[in-house]
Amino acid sequence: MTTLTDPPRESFRLSMLINDTRYRSLTFQAIALVILIVIMAYLGMNLVANLAAAGLNISYEFLGEPAGYDINQRPIPYDSQSTHMRASIVGILNTLIVAFLACVTATILGVFAGVLRLSKNWLVSKLMAVYVEAFRNVPVLIWIIIIFSIMTVSLPGPRDFRGDDATASMVFDAFAFTNRGVYTPKPIWEAGSTALIVIFLASLVAIWAYRRYARKQLYEQGNLLPVFWPSLALFFIPTILAYYILGRPVSLEYPALQGFNFQGGIQIRGSLIALWFALAIYTGAFIAENVRAGIQAISKGQTEAAAALGLRPGRIMNLVILPQALRVIIPPLISQYLNITKNSSLAIAVGYMDITGTLGGITLNQTGRAIEAILLLMLFYLTISLSISAILNVYNERVKLKER
Amino acid sequence: MKKTVFYGALAAATIAGGVASAATLDDVKARGTLNCGVTTGLIGFAAPDSNGNWEGFDVAVCRAVAAAVLGDANAVEFIPTTGKTRFTALASGEIDMLARNTTWTFSRDVDLKFEFVGINYYDGQGFIVPRELGVTSAKELDGATVCVQTGTTTELNLADFFRINNISYEPVPIETNAEGQQQYLAGSCDAYTTDASGLAATRAAFENPGDHIILPEIISKEPLGPLVRHGDNEWGDIVRWTLNALIAAEEYGVTSANIDELSQGTDNPEINRLLGSAGTLGEMLGLDAEWAQRALKVGGNYGEIFERNIGENTPIGLARGLNAQWTEGGLLYAPPFR
Repeated sequence: MTTLTDPPRESFRLSMLINDTRYRSLTFQAIALVILIVIMAYLGMNLVANLAAAGLNISYEFLGEPAGYDINQRPIPYDSQSTHMRASIVGILNTLIVAFLACVTATILGVFAGVLRLSKNWLVSKLMAVYVEAFRNVPVLIWIIIIFSIMTVSLPGPRDFRGDDATASMVFDAFAFTNRGVYTPKPIWEAGSTALIVIFLASLVAIWAYRRYARKQLYEQGNLLPVFWPSLALFFIPTILAYYILGRPVSLEYPALQGFNFQGGIQIRGSLIALWFALAIYTGAFIAENVRAGIQAISKGQTEAAAALGLRPGRIMNLVILPQALRVIIPPLISQYLNITKNSSLAIAVGYMDITGTLGGITLNQTGRAIEAILLLMLFYLTISLSISAILNVYNERVKLKER
Repeated sequence: MKKTVFYGALAAATIAGGVASAATLDDVKARGTLNCGVTTGLIGFAAPDSNGNWEGFDVAVCRAVAAAVLGDANAVEFIPTTGKTRFTALASGEIDMLARNTTWTFSRDVDLKFEFVGINYYDGQGFIVPRELGVTSAKELDGATVCVQTGTTTELNLADFFRINNISYEPVPIETNAEGQQQYLAGSCDAYTTDASGLAATRAAFENPGDHIILPEIISKEPLGPLVRHGDNEWGDIVRWTLNALIAAEEYGVTSANIDELSQGTDNPEINRLLGSAGTLGEMLGLDAEWAQRALKVGGNYGEIFERNIGENTPIGLARGLNAQWTEGGLLYAPPFR
């Protein structure tokens, strides 16, 4: 008969914190944490003490005072009598505008360049290799300044459009390319335009519903319905019909030369274009490499298997390779989007008034509240970056490999 | 995230740390050079010449202070600053004094905690436009695109001027004067605005200065002067009285030509006290008796510095105007050396 007894319990001794591997890592983590807290507290107290010695304090009251300066690109109503707070919001919106435009453009550019770089056509693949290497190896600030300088120097000024012997003319009488930016016609929404928008949105829903139906037919009945042409028809025909039936509720306001500048229409400023293109082309080169890596990560057997089923190369890419490649592409894509957002703070190089230009630039300078403004800026970029990560992580969850 | 906060706090602590150190004079003497903040390049006021030596009207103030304190007019480290970086550079202790066409305003003096030691140029904000536009007054600039240096008082004056006159404009913010010049010449702005002296200096650098006119409106008061940090009054006194010495020397007729002779002693007690042959003014400042002599020997008195750098015989061609001595109808008035 045997008796099972527990081994005698070791009592805890203080030396075990160092000698026992079970506790050692905890000990060192605790020590590191304490040191970190002490250093931070020292820096914080040092800051507060020095500020007090200099007679300064941390205060956000300046946000409520009139800003006193003007901003050229205003997504919301703003004038020089608005508060610093409103100037900051204008800056935030400008940052978001350029970041959104650049993210979309960079993605399109990157996917095309990445796919084409793997092309069997020697010229196309080498051209894309040159694009990727040239753009990702030169700092984005240089690209911003190059594009802006080229626009400023090579495009005509508004003055050149004037008079009978004008050296420049508008494209289709609707678009003016000047060194101050591009002027395009602006839609004027008149009575009845709401109905038009509703019809347009309804046709988008119809396209989505039709494609869903087509897919269902394909999966359940095996009928391959045409998708492209009906979608195109749904996109255009109802809206165009409604436009004429409702008596043309949307008209265009064309830019026209008046005084010093073009008036009317929409002005896309040179600074926005330079920043947008530079960020998109630069980051597009990185995304192209991500896309290439993603595609090459898919086993060649997948392509061969799809080809054996009789799929055409275009469909192999769209239906077999890219959906699987997305799993590899999305995580680095998140950091490229974050890079675009953060790099947009280089806007001041071309005088684009983003949040760094308004809150971190003029407001900081005119009020002298450097610490307050920088803390707010950090908070803003952190919030935006975390939001972008969160959204893309949700998307990543959806496309990643489902283990069943 | 933790790291970011850490660096932020570190940076903030460094800035604040600079504020706390007080004895700038000792620091300068120990270092052996004066760190002087200037513009990134404005011909006539502060710009490197073809040999890389900084020269100009503001540079002369830096050199005079260096000569008074260190006995060597070349013991100056010139640190180019932009409209945006200048105050941080001064507040953080990166520079000992700032001589950079900086307008003396209430909030800079009181709220930003700086000490303006005097005025070395009375200026006002103006506009420059190409002659071919046919504009004769700033009030005709309705709808114009105007280039303006960001982080300056000009930016605020500009907004006020257009708002008060109820006309519209489109501001194009730029960082440096050189960038503004490039944008203006390329025609991406119709007008460029900054202090009238700066406009004259900028125009002097153009290929065809005659094609551009400076509009008659002066839309603001811009008293420009050197400044130091709050909280070190001894250092502030040295910079203030060096500037005053340059101005007073012109009033008393002390020039680089006759200074050696006059410093032997004259029958004007004020000159004797200024040049150190009588009284103990230098000692009171914490310097020796010849401090003002050395400052004056660098480039002469205020009038000589003005004429050589920005006066009517230079490409910049500014008249003395408000910047004449009070005895000649101007505003320059140095307090007595007593």
